[in-house]
Amino acid sequence: MSGKLRKCVMLCCGGKPPSKDMATDSCEDAIAELQKLLSEKCGLETLAAAKIKQITAELEKTGSEPFDAVERIKSGFARFKTEKYEKNPALYDELAKRQSPKFMVFACSDSRVCPSHILDFQPGEAFMVRNIANMVPPYDQTKYSGVGAAIEYAVLHLKVENIVVIGHSCCGGIKGLMSIPDDGTTASDFIEQWVQICLPAKSKVKTENSGLTFQEQCTNCEKEAVNVSLGNLLTYPFVREAVVKKTLALKGAHYDFVNGSFELWSFDYNLCPPLPA
Amino acid sequence: MAKSSTEVAIEGLKRLLSDKEGLDDVAAVKIEKLTAELQEQDHEEEFDPVRRIKDGFIHFKTHHFDKCPAYYKKLAEEQHPKFLVFACSDSRVSPSYVLNFKPGEAFMCRNIANMVPAFNQLRYSGVGAVIEYAVKHLEVENILVIGHSRCGGIKALMSLPADGTTSNDFIDDWVKIGLPAKAKVESEWSHATFEEKCEHCEKESVDLSLVNLLSYPYVRAALANKALKLMGGYYDFVNGTFGLWKADFDIKPEIIIGSS
Repeated sequence: MSGKLRKCVMLCCGGKPPSKDMATDSCEDAIAELQKLLSEKCGLETLAAAKIKQITAELEKTGSEPFDAVERIKSGFARFKTEKYEKNPALYDELAKRQSPKFMVFACSDSRVCPSHILDFQPGEAFMVRNIANMVPPYDQTKYSGVGAAIEYAVLHLKVENIVVIGHSCCGGIKGLMSIPDDGTTASDFIEQWVQICLPAKSKVKTENSGLTFQEQCTNCEKEAVNVSLGNLLTYPFVREAVVKKTLALKGAHYDFVNGSFELWSFDYNLCPPLPA
Repeated sequence: MAKSSTEVAIEGLKRLLSDKEGLDDVAAVKIEKLTAELQEQDHEEEFDPVRRIKDGFIHFKTHHFDKCPAYYKKLAEEQHPKFLVFACSDSRVSPSYVLNFKPGEAFMCRNIANMVPAFNQLRYSGVGAVIEYAVKHLEVENILVIGHSRCGGIKALMSLPADGTTSNDFIDDWVKIGLPAKAKVESEWSHATFEEKCEHCEKESVDLSLVNLLSYPYVRAALANKALKLMGGYYDFVNGTFGLWKADFDIKPEIIIGSS
């Protein structure tokens, strides 16, 4: 096997930045604007109809062209550079020196649930860990050094004030957990072993929600797994210490992209002073 | 150390008070009033994390989710991302932001220093699960590993003492995944400054991660079938640039020898 690395494509200001007209995120926004213009100005209907048919034909053709990953990345960065980076030099100057996020966020690797989108986190706001089913395993220096390193860095070095664990609807990882047969046989190299971090959530759901459909049980498990992860956070001594000192708050959340809703809850942990003898 | 703007202003005031007599009492009252105002302002602007999360979701719901119902309905049924992206947990380098990925485009794994360790079911099941799911189940077409400037994890790697001792519970053990990259940097750029070596290591570590991807059989199989491409990226937020490179590994489908 030969390896050839680094045919470098520098994207300093890569690609043509999109024009202002294309800046709207939503195509529906643009269509609404066009319809508004047509209702205000007479005589443009025929011309507009012809042009829209032309655009549709062009787009249909584009759709059949093979996807160009390099172009996609180039144009994505160009858009960020012109619309965000160059418009906020002071912010990006400060960020280049240091980050001081107030949040550490655990979210699923699922392409539909990035907290930068669903919670509109801006650069510098949230230190993020993304893995299958947004799991926080318990403290284990052999098996889970990745998550441990992220928590250690966020809590001890960045001194984040909040850790939020966000579950979501239709989670493939949770479905996988709920689908593991009762005899525990697994068919994957990693996935089933990983998701079994939240086996206590599955047990709880199977016991308490046995009357619900599989899909309903999965939804409950998505939320219970968040609670298991929150509990696992407390197995890290630096997390416990910060929570008890009240410099760190733990929160659970669930993003439902079927119904477009977001639930948020607190996870409280207190140590009461010992009772007198 | 440079003086803060407050220190400079206070020095100016003190100079004035020493130059002109009779202003002390008036100045004292004004400063006391300012202190009280600032205390109140500080209290009013105390950060509310619940409010921040609520506002953030409402922003997303009104500006995106509710505006494109057809798009989000389709996405709710299935995801078909074309990318698996590895990026650092650093709050400044979210690929959704920096590369303008929309929901549904990129399956993401974020960890300290955007590391991909080699196949290891005991020690690295987290990353393994992401790769297994993305390549075998979602059949992503591209894997992109993105390094970045001023990476704290790479700095920790470059700062590891030569005798292998660690000084924390997890961080040092995790970044040790990158030791081959560090060794390459120390050997090829031995006369560079520490900062320069860190920058080289940020990029070498991406290349190392790309090589480590090959230790996963589903990655090798997809490469051999030309169904998968590997790419490295480097986001330099100091200079506002993004470097992208392809990793060409010539993997051919296996031939079975000696079967009758």
